[in-house]
Amino acid sequence: MTDTTEASDASAETKSGQQDLGLIGKFLKGTEIDTRLLGMFGALALIWFGFHIYGAVFNGFGAMLTPRNLWNLSVQTSSIGIMATGMVLVIVTRHIDLSVGALLGVTGMTMGIVQVEILPQYLGLGHPLIWIVTATIGILMGMTIGAFHGWLIAYRGIPAFIVTLGGLLVWRGAAFLANNGKTISPVDSTFQLLGGGPYGTIGATGSWVVGIIVCIAIVWMMVSSRRSRQRHGFAQRPIWGELTVGGTSCALVIGSVLLVNSYPWPRGIVNQYAAANNITVPPEGLFISHGFAIPVLILVVVGILMTILVKRTRFGRNVFAIGGNPEAAELAGINVKWMTMRIFMLMGSLAGLAAVVASARLNSATNALGLLDELYVIAAAVIGGTSLAGGIGTIYGAILGALVMQSLQSGMVLIGFDTSVQQIVVGSVLVLAVYLDNLYRKNVK
Amino acid sequence: MTDLRSGTPLVEMRNISIAFGGIRAVDGVSLDLYAGEVVGLLGHNGAGKSTLIKCLSGAYQADSGEFWIEGKKAQIASPRDSRNLNIETIYQTLALADNLDAASNLFLGRELTTRFGFLDDARMEAETRRIMAQLNPNFKKFKEPVSALSGGQRQSVAIARAVYFNARILIMDEPTAALGVHETEMVADLIKELKNQGLGIFLISHDTREMMDLCDRVAVMKNGQLIGNERVEDVTEDDILSMIIMGKNPKKQQNYQN
Repeated sequence: MTDTTEASDASAETKSGQQDLGLIGKFLKGTEIDTRLLGMFGALALIWFGFHIYGAVFNGFGAMLTPRNLWNLSVQTSSIGIMATGMVLVIVTRHIDLSVGALLGVTGMTMGIVQVEILPQYLGLGHPLIWIVTATIGILMGMTIGAFHGWLIAYRGIPAFIVTLGGLLVWRGAAFLANNGKTISPVDSTFQLLGGGPYGTIGATGSWVVGIIVCIAIVWMMVSSRRSRQRHGFAQRPIWGELTVGGTSCALVIGSVLLVNSYPWPRGIVNQYAAANNITVPPEGLFISHGFAIPVLILVVVGILMTILVKRTRFGRNVFAIGGNPEAAELAGINVKWMTMRIFMLMGSLAGLAAVVASARLNSATNALGLLDELYVIAAAVIGGTSLAGGIGTIYGAILGALVMQSLQSGMVLIGFDTSVQQIVVGSVLVLAVYLDNLYRKNVK
Repeated sequence: MTDLRSGTPLVEMRNISIAFGGIRAVDGVSLDLYAGEVVGLLGHNGAGKSTLIKCLSGAYQADSGEFWIEGKKAQIASPRDSRNLNIETIYQTLALADNLDAASNLFLGRELTTRFGFLDDARMEAETRRIMAQLNPNFKKFKEPVSALSGGQRQSVAIARAVYFNARILIMDEPTAALGVHETEMVADLIKELKNQGLGIFLISHDTREMMDLCDRVAVMKNGQLIGNERVEDVTEDDILSMIIMGKNPKKQQNYQN
């Protein structure tokens, strides 16, 4: 499951038998939990409870740990989280992509024009195909621009920093020119669901279904990994360790289902919905749960697919080999240039997908769409443990990193910090996080 | 060159040249290698040994010259081409991805996959354990990134990678440079065993004594040119040293005098 603890597992093996690891050490060894993962959860808990308590004490109301805020937080994290998973691959191969925010802007603006001004002419307003065509165009456009960046970097030897810095300016400018700086709003009504909002959710029943499927998948994965270890006669995780990890993971999933289901639709939406479906609203009101928002599900699916890509495919293995030693990768017969180009294509596609989510959430395509996102995306990946020296990084870390960044931001908004203070805090936290990460790595070695 | 070998050579390099910015790193070198033979490449630093070998392994592309592998003319434009011709190389730098574990390095670029196309890490680790048990029974750090390994352990990973894929031709660029006495001996034994299995081996080293022991033939380079190519029985260590230092082949001069 995790590299770091498996490493300590093996070293313990060579020292022949159990030494006194202490209770915590035993627990970590038995469960094979990445201590970095624990650290991220710790930081998240600190931020959440810290802001909640601060709000409760100084403002008389703790708004942080409410279903409403956490649900919003999950939606806000989606767009950055989707791009952060791609940024991991970019940074792991010792590159950087400064253009993702501008890419998001230009694809968002293009999709706005396509779905509002072009497609309705041919398909008719509100046609069910509009959102599919629009999203496909957005993702393909992101992929094409990414391919162009990747080609310049891999085959023309221009440093990624320069190519994407240029890209940042070029595509931001292009987004402005595309519609002469005008905002496009509202977007197609089906497309809008991809950004969340009360209707862009899957409801209580849907959330339970998703939660249960995920739990079954977790158990299945653990069983099959145990079988595979057994077949080859490798060291097994103790049963209590398996139960702890499986139990905690499933509890987290079920907990988040309960959380999103306890956030009801606002009264106005309920009345609207009831009127449209001929339901009489009882005087005490109807409790209709939001459930998981669609963008969050998109993020989860992207996260799972990217994790599979990184951990279980040759592509992912080669990405990490290039990051660890580009020369060795080349000598091992890996086509490093083509790999680099494909990584930037993937990053571009994810920026296109993030643009779908971001513009749908705003219900508009504006010039400010994705402004400064590149910095948040890079910060999320780096806070999530991706090393700028290359070769190290995880997808789940980047998503958690995005959640940490967004939680900080959201917490400061809730207790009423100025934008300027927010920037100071976010900037400092980024530097501190990387410093702590360095210390952690040194201690592990 | 008096030579009693028969049949087609495994490798025949004809007139290989490569230049970097006006400097002729390898200058019209022709060299062959037969099955079951160890050919040692000697010379000062910068004599062109590694560069010549890198042309054969696909890391560099020769400017001119031809490669004939097992009697057929071969195009070697990339490391992949070389691997497809059953040529395996142990580089001086080892060419390991430090952030990956032994199994990932062993199968780098040739990962084993399941029938669904996913990596089969368990099988790769099992295979790594199997080959390591033969090469270096003390090797235990299968789960750790190779950056955590000692010089000798790293070397054995690089050797395992070259040996595992049933190479016909093996190139070893200073395989013992980072090793202790005991490990050096293990490598020497391995070279002898592989030679008996019928592999052709190019060996680069600075240790003339070691080369005399292991090689059937020595080829000496200086300033990109091949100075001498002699059977080990026919030369003394002093002959070799004078070829390395003076760039003259005493054997040839003797022949002229006779």
